[in-house]
Amino acid sequence: MTTLSPIPTDGPHVVHDTALNLGDVVDVLLLRDYNTMLVVLATVVLGLAAGAIGTFLLLRRRALMGDALSHAMLPGIAIAFMVMVAFGGSGKSMPGLLIGAAVTGLLGVAAVLAITRLTRLKDDAALGVVLSVFFGFGVALLGIVQDMPEGSPAGLASFIQGKTASIVRKDLWLILIVAGVVALMTVLLFKELALLCFDEAFASVQGWPVLTLDVMLLTLVTAVTVVGLQAVGLILIIALLIIPPAAARFWTERLGVMLALAALIGGLGGWIGASISALVPRLPAGAIIVIVVATIFVASMLFGARRGVVARLIVQARLGRTVRRQHLLRAIFEHVEAADAEDAEPIVVEATLVQERSWSRAALRRLLRWARRRHLLAAVGDGRWRVTDLGLTEAARVARNHRLWEIYLIHHADVAPSHVDRDADQIEHVLGPRLVRELERLLEPAHPAGTVPPSPHVIGPEGG
Amino acid sequence: MTTAPASRRAARERPHVATGAEHHPDAPLSIHDMTVAYHRKPVIWDIDLDIPAGKLVGIVGPNGAGKSTLIKACLDLVPRASGRVLVYGRPYPEQRRRVAYVPQRETVDWEYPINALGLVTMGRYGQIGWFRPVTRRHRAAARAALERVGMQDYADRQISQLSGGQQQRVFLARALVQDADLYLMDEPFAGVDAATERAIVQVLRDLQAAGRTVLVVHHDLQTVPTYFDWVLLLNMRVVAFGPTAEVFTEDNLRKTYGGKLTLLDAAAQAMARAQR
Repeated sequence: MTTLSPIPTDGPHVVHDTALNLGDVVDVLLLRDYNTMLVVLATVVLGLAAGAIGTFLLLRRRALMGDALSHAMLPGIAIAFMVMVAFGGSGKSMPGLLIGAAVTGLLGVAAVLAITRLTRLKDDAALGVVLSVFFGFGVALLGIVQDMPEGSPAGLASFIQGKTASIVRKDLWLILIVAGVVALMTVLLFKELALLCFDEAFASVQGWPVLTLDVMLLTLVTAVTVVGLQAVGLILIIALLIIPPAAARFWTERLGVMLALAALIGGLGGWIGASISALVPRLPAGAIIVIVVATIFVASMLFGARRGVVARLIVQARLGRTVRRQHLLRAIFEHVEAADAEDAEPIVVEATLVQERSWSRAALRRLLRWARRRHLLAAVGDGRWRVTDLGLTEAARVARNHRLWEIYLIHHADVAPSHVDRDADQIEHVLGPRLVRELERLLEPAHPAGTVPPSPHVIGPEGG
Repeated sequence: MTTAPASRRAARERPHVATGAEHHPDAPLSIHDMTVAYHRKPVIWDIDLDIPAGKLVGIVGPNGAGKSTLIKACLDLVPRASGRVLVYGRPYPEQRRRVAYVPQRETVDWEYPINALGLVTMGRYGQIGWFRPVTRRHRAAARAALERVGMQDYADRQISQLSGGQQQRVFLARALVQDADLYLMDEPFAGVDAATERAIVQVLRDLQAAGRTVLVVHHDLQTVPTYFDWVLLLNMRVVAFGPTAEVFTEDNLRKTYGGKLTLLDAAAQAMARAQR
């Protein structure tokens, strides 16, 4: 490990080659080794804090600001090293390097704000300029530092990609404390930041110091970024800030839950990332952390309970199915109504039904099979179906809701009778029981319960 | 109540000085000599007026007349080039608790992870103060405010799942929960359904009955005479300001809207209806 990290370290115990044995894996995952435990713990707390404060960064739409911030930290690291060497130090004091990083990072953010305020450039352009210029400047300075006779600057490059193994034990305490404080502040400022992110103008009118709150948010993000540099690296730290809250959003509509989930996802990414990195030293923790949280993100995007793609498709499919079934029932009712034969058996004919609406023969068959399974229809052969008593009741209920809704639209919403069928069609399938009761209450006197009012319009081949 | 041109000119010659006698010391909102400019282009000029207590005041004028800007400048949301604003006789920053603001609905992201009750509770954050959590008492107040706008059944609904009118009512409830004396509302009637319009009008009347003062940026000339007892006709400058019956005249509307005759027709009908 020391061959990989020129900065002397008493870091975690790791195996030297890729040949892993089970014992080592178990040791790392169960945090048996004290140093490994410290590294993993620090990365987990870092992930927790980043996910939590990242939630507000995301909701404030400042995601890319975090990226500019971290990239602008590179020149600060190089400059801090030079300054410390110039004053006779070794240049390896971690707090010194991190202070340098924070200073140029914030300068970068200030440059973005200055460009957007003083010119007519939009912030994406300003972010692009600042991010690349500061980073390029940092790379150039690192090159100069490499040639300096004094000091041993080789470890500085690990700030770019991150390497948990290069973290010294006392730096771990720094990470733990700073990330812990950030997480605590995020909870304390929950209400204030929530208001700031939702409605800045309203917050200002209430007397909240919006600028101060923004600075606090930025300070917390800067703190997480600075202490995360060594573990995750300045290129990938943005992933730890943004991906966990973005993934959490798919699971909940509540900010508190989103924040907790984001912290959890960040912490999980930190745990797995640091563990794997401890086992396979050539794999930088930052990359593993990004892969872990990105996997969680993709899974959340697809399967998230609230906003996930699959959940939405299922809701849509269910609605579509309900609509088609109600259409069938209404078509059945209209047939029975038109036949108007009191004593004859209510029969519907498949060949006639298929012309009623723009449904395919196959789709109609599927619906008819569903109706038979539900004992709403009974096949009498030859494409003819008898409507059961249950089927009649259900069909009447659906037709009644449809017509009540039509009548409501005509009398209370000024919709022309010729348009009412189409408008009614769009809404009635999503009428909940409460709305139906409301409709009934409104229209009760004219249309008592249990009766189906006559259709307010002519039932054509495509309507009804 | 319209300011005489001579006194306004006199006021302009003495910038940043209270204009004295013509201003009522305890007016809910007293605007002295206010000019607002964006990128050096003036948006509103020399606004100098007192909003009288207990009135429902409508602010009307064409697009770009500076209606929203007037409200925002009073609330320090946009910088003033000159002039000052007094709320109940004292500078606005000292009187924030007495002022509630309803911004335009489009100014926020309705996909934000919060439900209707949570949004309304935000109206209390100023009273709750730094670091303190929201308590049951504040949530109860928020529920009561939701009830006043007829939205009590939607308290747990995520805000993106509310219709535009329902969102507007929730916004109004958030201002009501502040229990302020002066309400500034930016286009609360924009794009709302009939039920919401009725609910908002009822709230306005309730506020007036309770002695509150309400300033509403409004776009529908037809409803001005029925909704508002005072009106401010604005087109970068104050065209007319006073009781609706006196200043909401065809002549003043023509001055406000210039050549837009279709609007005048609408207004003429509205006045005919109001006088009936």
